[in-house]
Amino acid sequence: MHLGMLLEMAADGLADRVALGPLAGGLTFAELGHQARRAGAALAAMPGDRVGLIDLNSPAVPLTLFGSALAGKPFVPINYRLADEQLRAIVARTAPATIVVGAGVAERLGDIDGIHLVTRDELLALAADSEAKEADGWGGDPEDIAVLLFTSGTTGEPKAAVLRHRNLTEYVITTVEFAGAADDEVGIVSVPPYHIAGVSASCSATYSGRRTVQLESFEPRAWVDLVRAESVTHAMVVPTMLGRILDVVEADGLGLPSLRSISYGGGPMPVPVIERAVTMLPHVGFVNAYGLTETSSTIAVLGPDDHQAAIGSTDPEVRARLGSVGRPLPSLEVTIRDPAGVEVPTGERGEIWVRGGQVSGEYLGIGRIENDGWFPTRDEGHLDAGGYLFVHGRLDDVIVRGGENMSPGEIEAVLITHPAVEEAAVVGIPHREWGEQVVAAVVASGEVTEEELRSHVRAQLRSSRTPEHIQFRSELPFNENGKLLRRVLRSELENAFT
Amino acid sequence: MSTLVKPGTRYKSTVCDTEVIIVKPASAAIDLRCGGHPVVQVGEEAPAGLTLDPAFSAGTPLGKRFADPESGLELLATKAGAGSLSIGDVPLPLKDAKPLPSSD
Repeated sequence: MHLGMLLEMAADGLADRVALGPLAGGLTFAELGHQARRAGAALAAMPGDRVGLIDLNSPAVPLTLFGSALAGKPFVPINYRLADEQLRAIVARTAPATIVVGAGVAERLGDIDGIHLVTRDELLALAADSEAKEADGWGGDPEDIAVLLFTSGTTGEPKAAVLRHRNLTEYVITTVEFAGAADDEVGIVSVPPYHIAGVSASCSATYSGRRTVQLESFEPRAWVDLVRAESVTHAMVVPTMLGRILDVVEADGLGLPSLRSISYGGGPMPVPVIERAVTMLPHVGFVNAYGLTETSSTIAVLGPDDHQAAIGSTDPEVRARLGSVGRPLPSLEVTIRDPAGVEVPTGERGEIWVRGGQVSGEYLGIGRIENDGWFPTRDEGHLDAGGYLFVHGRLDDVIVRGGENMSPGEIEAVLITHPAVEEAAVVGIPHREWGEQVVAAVVASGEVTEEELRSHVRAQLRSSRTPEHIQFRSELPFNENGKLLRRVLRSELENAFT
Repeated sequence: MSTLVKPGTRYKSTVCDTEVIIVKPASAAIDLRCGGHPVVQVGEEAPAGLTLDPAFSAGTPLGKRFADPESGLELLATKAGAGSLSIGDVPLPLKDAKPLPSSD
């Protein structure tokens, strides 16, 4: 199975539906097929073994994704927000390659060995030229590499995750029904192209036949305006986006009447934010999706019915599921294991392991750890008696204080329930006696003292989990996808408190 | 008899436009047919002179997944056609899959 197959099926079976852009004047699936085949022929003829992309969202993103597949070359979307030096280093690792670049990128890159640049506008012009040659077939073998994604590197040197055609297509055909979208469905894409959610959005929308409108990059006012202007029905957001969208909607009071579904993922969603969203947008079905780059996106979902059941329940176990990521997809297996790799009983915490056709677990130049197909995610979690998966954070972030293991997420979840706390992050820093000590950074929205917050935590968790020190700040260090930069915060708090 | 061992292997009908791809292989060799006649691998020459068997002419819709509970075979229709799929004379049933909430 191959991304070229998904495109061909949509171009054949959904030919006249609009795929991309406004209803009047947008690109139909048949045209998307032709344009991607022209991009494919052009990219095949350009220098290099890979096709990079350093740009905001535009029609060039799906055209380069599918064009690379048809050209038989891996697609490598790269983070345009990286500092120049890091960007050049990653581009050099991508060579030999042709890179599709947006405005201003060529100047930042300069000359790099083995790198050929083509601008977004040049690519779009080639694809739109009805005289141009079209690539035929699907473009290659299911074992070929479809996408290389550099991980965000919040904890070290970025690694390139390898997603093969069979991984991505297995994900799409087992989670999305072909042509399953109603013909009035419209999805908005505002996540960046170098995020796994950007890649899966293009693939799933094409296979389901859902029209896509794009925002160059996320900005809450522009997002709300585009949703209203295009009667958008489906959206995917990361947690930080949702809170900012709700602020805009609350301020203008005009609602988001066309929306039917919001899926969220990419990091832990604070329960107060999702409760506010469910209250403000009662007509919207919420979907919590949990996944990793290395698993071709989603591996567990908490659907709209699960959200309603949890919110409406008096059973504490059912109610707690609002903080879960739902149940694993039926097409894969999830287990929780101890550090020795042995499965733990239901309800106990351990490392989340996953196995299935969509799981790659492979990195360029490193390969794949063979565990009979199982991929250890480095995420800590547990399964409840109903099979719901709870994610507690990265295992590498676990704090070990005097031999006791504790998850920052558990302490953060308590801090955030204090009415004067807007954002909270907890890390461990070295301590002479305990090995590590618990410290917190808090963005406050009202008057509150350190001692009040410490008592608030102590009242709900044991005293060893109460932060030794709390730093009040105007903001926390996040990367552009809303992922907390724990390494940065840890070194800042270490400087402040030791 | 087709062997159908490898996921990703593509087959086509000899009497209509239907094409399928193997998602999960069968546990043993099986006789996959479309329109009443054994399928051939895409890229291979189809035997000439065959005609669509009216008993297997309900059609294969594009994008549907089929599953044979007995052999474990699962496949996806990548091109639609006038013939319908069967294993020997037994029609191949559609895969029963509950729709998942949209997460992209």
